[in-house]
Amino acid sequence: MKITRRKLLTTTLAASAAVGMPHVWIPGSRDAWGATLKKGAPLKVGVLFSLTGALAVPEEDSTLVLQYAFDEINKAGGIGGVPVEPVIVDAKSDFSVYSEKTKELILREKVIALFACYTSASRKAILPTIMQRDHLLYYPTCYEGAECTQNAICTGPIANQHSKDLIPYMVENFGKKVFFVGSNYVWPKESNKNAKIWLEQVGGELVGEEYIPLGSSEFGPVLNKIRDAKPNFIFSTVVGASDVAFHKQFKQEGFKVDQMPIASLTTGEIETRAMGAEFGAGHFLSAPYVQTLDNPTNHKFVEGFLKSKYGKNGVTHYNMEETYLSAYVFKAGFEKAAAAVGFENVTPRAIRDHSGGIRISDDISPEGEVWIDENNFNTWLKPKIAQCQGDGTFKVLKSADTHVAPDPFSIYPESGVCTKDGLKAPDGKIRKGVI
Amino acid sequence: MDFGSVLNALILGVSIASIWLIAALGLTIIYGAAGVINMAHGALIMLGAYSSYMLQHYVGVPYLLCIPASFVIVAIIGLILERGLIQYLYDRPLDTLLATYGVSLVLVQGVRLIFGSDPKYLAVPEIFSSNISLGFANISTFRVVVIAVTALLVLALWILFYKTRFGIQVRAVMQNKEMAASFGINSSRIYMMTFALGAGLAGVAGSLFGVLNIVLPTMGDSYVVQAFLMVVAGGGTLAGTVIASGFTGELQSVFAFITNDTFARFVIFLLIVVFLRFRPQGLFAKGGVRR
Repeated sequence: MKITRRKLLTTTLAASAAVGMPHVWIPGSRDAWGATLKKGAPLKVGVLFSLTGALAVPEEDSTLVLQYAFDEINKAGGIGGVPVEPVIVDAKSDFSVYSEKTKELILREKVIALFACYTSASRKAILPTIMQRDHLLYYPTCYEGAECTQNAICTGPIANQHSKDLIPYMVENFGKKVFFVGSNYVWPKESNKNAKIWLEQVGGELVGEEYIPLGSSEFGPVLNKIRDAKPNFIFSTVVGASDVAFHKQFKQEGFKVDQMPIASLTTGEIETRAMGAEFGAGHFLSAPYVQTLDNPTNHKFVEGFLKSKYGKNGVTHYNMEETYLSAYVFKAGFEKAAAAVGFENVTPRAIRDHSGGIRISDDISPEGEVWIDENNFNTWLKPKIAQCQGDGTFKVLKSADTHVAPDPFSIYPESGVCTKDGLKAPDGKIRKGVI
Repeated sequence: MDFGSVLNALILGVSIASIWLIAALGLTIIYGAAGVINMAHGALIMLGAYSSYMLQHYVGVPYLLCIPASFVIVAIIGLILERGLIQYLYDRPLDTLLATYGVSLVLVQGVRLIFGSDPKYLAVPEIFSSNISLGFANISTFRVVVIAVTALLVLALWILFYKTRFGIQVRAVMQNKEMAASFGINSSRIYMMTFALGAGLAGVAGSLFGVLNIVLPTMGDSYVVQAFLMVVAGGGTLAGTVIASGFTGELQSVFAFITNDTFARFVIFLLIVVFLRFRPQGLFAKGGVRR
């Protein structure tokens, strides 16, 4: 291409005009990366989970149950009179896709909030983008805590809530000696740090601790070590496909569930179905929800979901229930924000600011009433201890008497306390966006 | 560190070796005989597991019969694959790599579309879900089954390649395709048969892994890397793969016993890299002309 003098002149002029008067070319910041809400137009939310790849097993269910929840909300009149429109994107189990699609959902689709992620690794991949845009993430599953961002709301148990009752219960019923087995990444290691504190309090003894590469299916060496260490029970934070292999090989190697059960934070209905009920029966699970919870709200949820077009996988489990709750936390938060600042002025920031203390009553929440903490925006809930039965369902043996408070920095008191505005260090300094 | 634990670790090493080996057998045949870098190997393993699941769940075939049936089904799929695609690409090794990778994506997503992405379940006879205990030595019955099937397959392959007419033809084609063809061997047919055989072996591996592990569309991914390592370290020959698998299996078990599983893997991969630095052609490189 030849550059004529005229072309050069016009280009330069246009360029300098763009630099000189940015507001002409770049829309105001709220238009650019906030959602622009119009009364009557549907409310767009981003749903970013993996539908393909290694993480598809739990995350496909998350997508399905969210669609179910939004359908239910829309049928009941939507939020503030408008329907919710989920924008569903496949993250392909690839962490770079998670962060890329997060940008796309915020900038191009202009969603008002995101529901995303199952693993801590993917959450940590997208949080910087979310914080940069001052946007809002609903993280609908259990995680390790030790984060204090001003842009996330979590509806699952964090490490300090998850094993609090399980460890004393197992020590009391089976004995003091325990062996920790986990997948080799951040969540199991942080969870085990918490579990050690509970174990110390009840005078238990840790006879071994082993971590298995994520996705590995060879448990022979670990089971041999367990055979030598002779613990009274095993505490497991093994996740995903490995968890199924672990339970199968446990029985195949001749271990007896009544003499040395596995107490797990992750082995729910979907895992027991994949391994076969005979490999799951007798083991223990700590979770806020199991499919067989006996209350009218849960009966309605289970029946409604399994009959709907989203219920093709045939179970409801704790991760799905936590995801279902997140849709209602969003609804309540949005409505509260709309009442305070007006429907058209609701921003992700406003929703988050009005979400503290939101209660999801037991006529909506299948696990019973829960509420969002006003400081760290995790969820107050009642962890339950359940045992897998011969048919693969779980029977609740013990439910916490009172709601357990989420405390993301419980084992790192020197870091400070998570408040609404940021992580407050012991010396009074506040750090924002700690991940 | 008492004697019983060490013995258990060594026995387990044999079992781990048999798992590595059976995952790599099909790949060895395909790579060794036809020179095809078959990236679809993991998908073929997965198809083996799904064939067993399908036969068991919809037809009611007992598990032990599912193993040979999976061999036949996946071998037929391999045959179709070879006739429809691979046979046009023998002179272009890089293209086979891409083409087979593409095939694996198609197979994995195809299975996901048909069966869904939730994990499936393979039932086995009650006797397989327990263990054999001889004093201080312990091993699970199913691991013994895997070792036995692997040993049988290795023996059968050895007889096939070294004691039959077909084996002589395969080895002739391996050494020099043009020369073998000029002696009246139909090399195209030999390639077709070996590819189908390799695929069938992956099918058997899949139907066994479905019991040890989980049945998922992506289940083959975790086996394909270690299978390639065994084939490359072994030099692409049957004996090489057997010995490479034996060593790595024992090493993994012993290192995992002394330290932990993560470190054991690190050591194994490091040793293989060092080994290949000094012997890039692998343990037993085959003679003759390499394409």
